[in-house]
Amino acid sequence: MIINHPLLGPRDVAEFIYLGDACLIDRPDWEADDAAEKFHEYGYIRDNIAGPMQELWYHEQGDRSWLVVTRDTITHEITDVEMARDVARTRGRSK
Amino acid sequence: MSQINRIKGGLIDRSKTLNFTFNGKSMQGHAGDTLASALLANGQVLVGRSFKYHRPRGILTAGSEEPNALVQLRNGAAQEPNTRATVTELFNGLAATSQNHRGSLEFDLMAMTDLVSPFLAAGFYYKTFMWPAAFWEKFYEPIIRNSAGLGRLSMQEDPDTYDKGFLHCDLLVIGAGPSGLSAALAAARSGARVILADEDFAPGGRLNSETLDVDGMAGADWAAQTVAELATMDNVRLMTRTTIYGAFDHGVYGALERCTDHLPGSGGKPRQVLWRIYSKRAVLAAGATERPIAFGNNDRPGIMLASAVRTYVNRFGVTPGQKVAVLTNNDDGWRTASDLAAKGVEIAAIIDTRDRPAVCDVPGARHVRSAGVVDTAGRKALKRITLTDGQMIDVDCLAVSGGWNPAVHLTCHQQGRPVWNEKISAFVPGKDLPPGMVVAGAASGALTLAAALDEGRKAADSQVKDLGFTPSKQAVPKAQDEAYEGAPKWHIPSGKKRAWVDFQNDVTVKDIKLSHREGFKSVEHLKRYTTTGMATDQGKTSNMSALAIMAECTGKSIPETGTTIFRPPYTPVPIGALAGRARGQDFRPYRLTPSHEWATKHGATFVEVGNWLRAQWFVKGNEKGWRDSVDREVLNTRNSVGICDVTTLGKIDIQGKDAAEFLNKVYANAFAKLAVGRVRYGIMLREDGICYDDGTTARMSENHFVMTTTTANAVLVFRRMEFARQCLYPDMDVHMISTTDAWAQFAVAGPNARKLLSKIVDADSQDMSNEGFPFMACGEVTVCGGTPGRLFRISFSGELAYEIAVPARYGNSLMEALMKAGEEFGACPYGTEALGVMRIEKGHAAGNELDGRTTAHMLGMGGMVSKKKDCIGKTLSQRPEMNREDAEKLVGFRPVDRSKKLIAGSHFINKGDEATMANDQGWMTSVAWSPSLDHSVGLGFIKSGDTRMGEIVRAVSPVHDTEMEVEIVSAHFIDPEGERLRA
Repeated sequence: MIINHPLLGPRDVAEFIYLGDACLIDRPDWEADDAAEKFHEYGYIRDNIAGPMQELWYHEQGDRSWLVVTRDTITHEITDVEMARDVARTRGRSK
Repeated sequence: MSQINRIKGGLIDRSKTLNFTFNGKSMQGHAGDTLASALLANGQVLVGRSFKYHRPRGILTAGSEEPNALVQLRNGAAQEPNTRATVTELFNGLAATSQNHRGSLEFDLMAMTDLVSPFLAAGFYYKTFMWPAAFWEKFYEPIIRNSAGLGRLSMQEDPDTYDKGFLHCDLLVIGAGPSGLSAALAAARSGARVILADEDFAPGGRLNSETLDVDGMAGADWAAQTVAELATMDNVRLMTRTTIYGAFDHGVYGALERCTDHLPGSGGKPRQVLWRIYSKRAVLAAGATERPIAFGNNDRPGIMLASAVRTYVNRFGVTPGQKVAVLTNNDDGWRTASDLAAKGVEIAAIIDTRDRPAVCDVPGARHVRSAGVVDTAGRKALKRITLTDGQMIDVDCLAVSGGWNPAVHLTCHQQGRPVWNEKISAFVPGKDLPPGMVVAGAASGALTLAAALDEGRKAADSQVKDLGFTPSKQAVPKAQDEAYEGAPKWHIPSGKKRAWVDFQNDVTVKDIKLSHREGFKSVEHLKRYTTTGMATDQGKTSNMSALAIMAECTGKSIPETGTTIFRPPYTPVPIGALAGRARGQDFRPYRLTPSHEWATKHGATFVEVGNWLRAQWFVKGNEKGWRDSVDREVLNTRNSVGICDVTTLGKIDIQGKDAAEFLNKVYANAFAKLAVGRVRYGIMLREDGICYDDGTTARMSENHFVMTTTTANAVLVFRRMEFARQCLYPDMDVHMISTTDAWAQFAVAGPNARKLLSKIVDADSQDMSNEGFPFMACGEVTVCGGTPGRLFRISFSGELAYEIAVPARYGNSLMEALMKAGEEFGACPYGTEALGVMRIEKGHAAGNELDGRTTAHMLGMGGMVSKKKDCIGKTLSQRPEMNREDAEKLVGFRPVDRSKKLIAGSHFINKGDEATMANDQGWMTSVAWSPSLDHSVGLGFIKSGDTRMGEIVRAVSPVHDTEMEVEIVSAHFIDPEGERLRA
């Protein structure tokens, strides 16, 4: 596979490490009343997606960017690659 | 034996005679021959034995689809089993032997299996080897193992080297037959970067095997001229002897180039190269494979595919027989007859399964209409065929044409499913091709020459146009479309005679019918029940026929019955090529510590720790075993001073205004208030609350920290921290780099550590007194008269200890300087074993304890998880089950009988209880012989261990079949009050 890195252009998949569902960006609030429940979901519950899925990939043999890659798990077609940091900010993460 | 079957013509170089041997017999061939064509030239029709029934077999094909002619090539360590003679280029000195027989090829003792064949039908394996169970190990398994497989491995290390490489192109053209050459030429002329790959050593495909003209010249000449033009173009890479074995995601293709297989030896060059080709577009022009027709005893040596017969005659100047019959269900079979007749080979008969007039005039040949072959005779070479009407014809070669299967293999590698084409009675590529691929020529079902040239051209034009190139304006090469019509005929009813479908795995028409009768009707079941298509040829000549016969049984159409799809690789890829250079010591990269050179000179034995080679211990004087060295190193360190290279521990440099706050997030304990110039031990959790890693972090200045991790987790911790930085806290002002390789770091431990280091650290750069540089202090220093360094007062051994770091390039010199400075104290170097012993004596947790199941609570560090702040793993670490009162706690153990040695992995059982899982109290994680205490010491987890000091329990090791009584003690065997490290 080839991942089209937003900063570096097309790179071979061998340069990357796969983590999983990009929902891992949405880490729950530790002070919420239902924090235990939410962290349980965050840690253990995943959708088994057949189709386009947002995934986290790490360019370990490259610039060490974490990327959010939208990949069809059936065809492996990649339709979007974003810097995970930008995605995290859009999703309201800050400090 | 002379080349009795050699005839005039062909693309071989008769001026070059090559000597080779087959089963020790000397033979000759010419440059341009394959092993198969040379064997046929020498009249060697019998070349092997079949897998199951040990039937005598000859050459069936002239290409990579060959199921029968598998030989062992070369001798000694270079011996390679299951090599297809049909694609093995002849070289001088080639030595081949036949496979799968006991005794000689001619008199195979295993041929008796053929006599008991009625008991060996499909599924016999599942039915026979069921009972009695006791027979399995002693009787069935040895027999099966003995008869399994075809060739034999040399059992020696592969003497050749293999390489890997990467190529990029605009257009990859797969196959250099008429459509491939047409495509490559057009694309190359448009200016696109083209790679043209073909598995053959002579590009041209069927043009080299046939007598068709292109652009007014012989097809082979046109191919040679085209290749010559392509070879002059800078934007073209011509790769012969190269098989594209797989179509992978995003235009990536796998290719195996056989660089020296056609030479007597590799001469030190890589034998094969595994290429990864990155293509923007691809044209698949892989051609088509002829299929046989099944009939009684259709597997005798001398019965061949019709296209192969004409290939041997036209390309190699060899006739496979003196008197040949042709059995065909299509017009193309007639071309073999007329080609042979033109070369003066006697054609006894053309047996056409169709009721049609002659397709062309073949002088001297009898035309038998609406007929077939039902039986053959000749045990080791074909002698006679029997037709459906009972008449017998004496022939020594039967050329069979059952129509053509487009080579759709690569179109299936990304879930593509071929579709049925009624017109040519074959599966052709479907619409769901790998992205970027276009199929042209016979591979797409265009079986005639003009169509192939035209399709190749159109495919190239459309592909290069999409990429922004202007298609070439030159005319498409001109040729005629030959007659190709046919009517499907998969098998000819032959009474009780066995009719082979899969030659390599010995699957017959009867086996397929049996499979149907027993309920294995789907194609997938059929395949697994009969093993059809599962041999090394992956059913290139058999899958289609098997499917068609199953369709007949079910009364459904072929497309209704199923389709046959293919996975990579197209042809076998040697494991050696997949491994490439990653063998032995180079299996993965290894790293050397900065003091490796010094250690090598001073008796170090090395151990692999992750990628690193670390000194395990240093042999001194007459020390006999490793324990002698390790005990000495421990005592020397505890009594005076020892030095250890600890560079391999992960080092992460963390800077930024929010660095302290960031550390608060990744460590369970608090770091924000750590004073500048101080070091703190920290523990990291996984998000599920389990302990992940530990280490120390030093605050060099307000916004600058230096973290250490364990050696094993150096990469993983850094990856996780980058995740936290970019994905969880994207607005924190914090940056980090790994400096593991940048700094050489040495532990200097023992009561004389300060005295030693005072000679190394420049006095004006650091006050070395206990007050000036107390336990857990850190600072920038200079050493040896101005070399920059860092000093940390931390201790893994429990002694007064420091770690001193210098830029990695000074590491080996610093080791020398430290040892020199330490001479007066009797300083010694110590390795990872002594390091391990001392940390166990001190009760420090390490990898054995942090095994992915351990909580901070179990380590006695539950209180360290800060209540006041968030951190990774905090919430889930608070779960009640992970904080039970009776959780297994880390404590120390010593044997009641001090002379005994503890065993790591032992489980603890209370005295008087039975040693069962239900009574399990915990387990021993680390043990060592303590030279300081002169008895064995251990660390382990045991339920409520912190409240059971002094209790005696049993350490049971069912694996070693031993148990012993042990006493629960503090994990801190040495200096529990920590007086030494603060001295």
